Amino acid sequence: MTPQSNRQLFTITVYSENCVGLLNQVSVIFTRRCLNIEDVSASMSSVPDVHKLTITTWADRPTMEKVVKQIEKRIDVLKVFLFTDDDIVYQEIALYKVPTHRLLEEQNLESIIRHHGARILEMTPEYTVLEKAGHPWETEALFDRLRRYDIKQFVRSGRVCVTKSPIEYIDIFLQEQNRRKDEPTD
Amino acid sequence: MNELTEISTENPVSGADALLRAIIAEGVDTVFGYPGGQILPVYDALYDYTDSLRHILVRHEQGAIHAAEGYARATGRVGVVIVTSGPGAANVITGLSDAMMDSTPLVVITGQVGAQYLGSDAFQETDVIGITQPITKWSLQVRHAEDINNAVARAFFIARSGRPGPVVLDIARDAQIGQVQTPYSKISYIRSYNPNPRINEECLHSAAKLINEAARPLILAGQGVTISGAEKALCDFAEKASIPVASTLLGLSAMPSGHPLYKGMLGMHGNIGPNYNTNRADLIIGIGMRFDDRVTGVASKYAPDAKIVHIDIDSSEFDKVVASTVAVHGDAVRVLEGLLPLIEPASDRHEWLASFDACRNVEVREVYSRELHREGDEPMTMGEVVAAVSSATGHDAIAVTDVGQNQMMSARYFQFKNPRSFISSGGLGTMGFGLPAAIGAKIGRTDRTVVCFVGDGGFQMTVQELGTIMEYGIAVKIVIMNNNFLGNVRQWQNLFYHRRFSQTPLLNPDFRTLASAYGIPAEDVKTRTELPGAIDRMLSDSGAYILNVDIDPADMVFPMTPAGKPVDTIMLSPDKLFDSSML
Repeated sequence: MTPQSNRQLFTITVYSENCVGLLNQVSVIFTRRCLNIEDVSASMSSVPDVHKLTITTWADRPTMEKVVKQIEKRIDVLKVFLFTDDDIVYQEIALYKVPTHRLLEEQNLESIIRHHGARILEMTPEYTVLEKAGHPWETEALFDRLRRYDIKQFVRSGRVCVTKSPIEYIDIFLQEQNRRKDEPTD
Repeated sequence: MNELTEISTENPVSGADALLRAIIAEGVDTVFGYPGGQILPVYDALYDYTDSLRHILVRHEQGAIHAAEGYARATGRVGVVIVTSGPGAANVITGLSDAMMDSTPLVVITGQVGAQYLGSDAFQETDVIGITQPITKWSLQVRHAEDINNAVARAFFIARSGRPGPVVLDIARDAQIGQVQTPYSKISYIRSYNPNPRINEECLHSAAKLINEAARPLILAGQGVTISGAEKALCDFAEKASIPVASTLLGLSAMPSGHPLYKGMLGMHGNIGPNYNTNRADLIIGIGMRFDDRVTGVASKYAPDAKIVHIDIDSSEFDKVVASTVAVHGDAVRVLEGLLPLIEPASDRHEWLASFDACRNVEVREVYSRELHREGDEPMTMGEVVAAVSSATGHDAIAVTDVGQNQMMSARYFQFKNPRSFISSGGLGTMGFGLPAAIGAKIGRTDRTVVCFVGDGGFQMTVQELGTIMEYGIAVKIVIMNNNFLGNVRQWQNLFYHRRFSQTPLLNPDFRTLASAYGIPAEDVKTRTELPGAIDRMLSDSGAYILNVDIDPADMVFPMTPAGKPVDTIMLSPDKLFDSSML
């Protein structure tokens, strides 16, 4: 086994066809290696008809490189990229549901919202929903700050990310695949 | 139904009908299957296609899929299986996993409950896609008849191209019954799948440079050589560069056993030369093989002095077990043809080549003498039985094996002249594979003698397929190597578990009587003197034939690299290790 100290947080992005069972095909590859998925998000991508999964997991690099190849081997998967936090701009979103009367006790509500860059999405006599987008430690910081107001619900989305690279590798990949369509086959 | 009107809006057909037409259009003339409730529309349609599509009715779905594997491996064509939903589908899971591990092209059609019942725990519903995704190359549920053509086209393209593998089409009853209005057309392009990667010239040149510079190179030939049809290219390449060739279990018969550069089998029970010299080589050239743990022993001590050139069509195999110095991604035949002009003829590898002969002399002295040359009343060994059958067939039969000692002994002592002559469950090690796989192999290659080597344990795992042999008159020659034990487990218990033979002795039925119930001629062979005559009678009989051969239960497969040891730690007997002073 690889020592725990070599583990780091990886973000992988999976570009695929949008088909039933795709997430299962990908997740079983993590399951086989007993890798826990920290968070996952699925959405359409910038390319029409191409779906994108963003998954984070703690692992060592050699393992993740094998995982990436095994995911890429799946027929419905177009391309997989492996990143560490340095390679990407990433963000997640958090929602906090807090009893309104408790929030109103706070003299510094305005400063909390300003300081954390949060905003109020909905306010009723019973509850208030705040939203904060940011890195995990930022959404956690607001969670800690609001904890004393008896947070009723807290939810954090999976990570979304874009690369810092000026080159859009998925576009290049898709162009190459389209060229292949016109090549003669055996 | 020889004249088929093309499917059109004016001439629609049922999904079941379209499915069978599509299978036929893919060149399939034989399918293996078993009917049931949710696949009934397909079986009803099949009634009209019996002159163009031969259906082999097996006795258990596991038999169908192993037969299809044997058929695919013997012929290089796609094996096709049709089974029903629920238990029918569940019974092919072992075979799917087996085919996935061994890169066997299969298209498996499973019936499925009607779309409105999906997810409701309906009668004979099981989550076929969920279960099969991890153990298939691709699987798809078809809910609408109009999707059948495209699904079948993709299935065959995926199953047979690139690194072949099993594909499942789970076809809901609605899709079988619904209307199809468009004709079938094959495909050869899927955007997300590139089975013919362009070979990187730079990698090719780097590989050639390493080969030309190597003093002690060793080729490891895997089944990829056979799948790619690279047998001749392999010989040309090895001969030009004077490089010795070792074979994986599934690579057997890619190179003729008698070729001067062929040095034997790798792995736990492989030959001494290839295993010992792996750790003396300065270059390992793996071709269409995946450095399975049975081949490498403990990976951290594998080929410590060697650079590694890894040639494979599946790039996920690179650096998975053994780190490659150069990885060449591509079809084996194309890579070898590309390498050939870049390779310089080598004349100074005599000493290296001769070192394999020295190892072989030790093996002959220490192992063959005990395994192949017993005399008189001593109990028979599996090795001598395999060698005798191989010799009696002129080394020109297809050997299909089950799993265990019978498999290792067949791999070690059967000899080959032609490719696709060794069919065995390698990666998964599936007991019960042998008998149905031999049926499939014989159906695919009626022109060749097919011999099934099987133990008394594995034989009984799929023994019901004797019914299939009886019904279709399949001329499989079955050699039961009967030691009344689960021999390979016994061997491990003997060597590593203090001879505590826990649950390995078997009380067996009278196999001759069992065979006679199926009308299959059979003989008990109890002594060495009876063996040659029995083999001759088996081979000269025009139909199926069973030899039930008494084997010494104490017989063990050697040499042996114990699990977790380096490949050059080689046991020659329970208490003797190979060492270089024996050379």
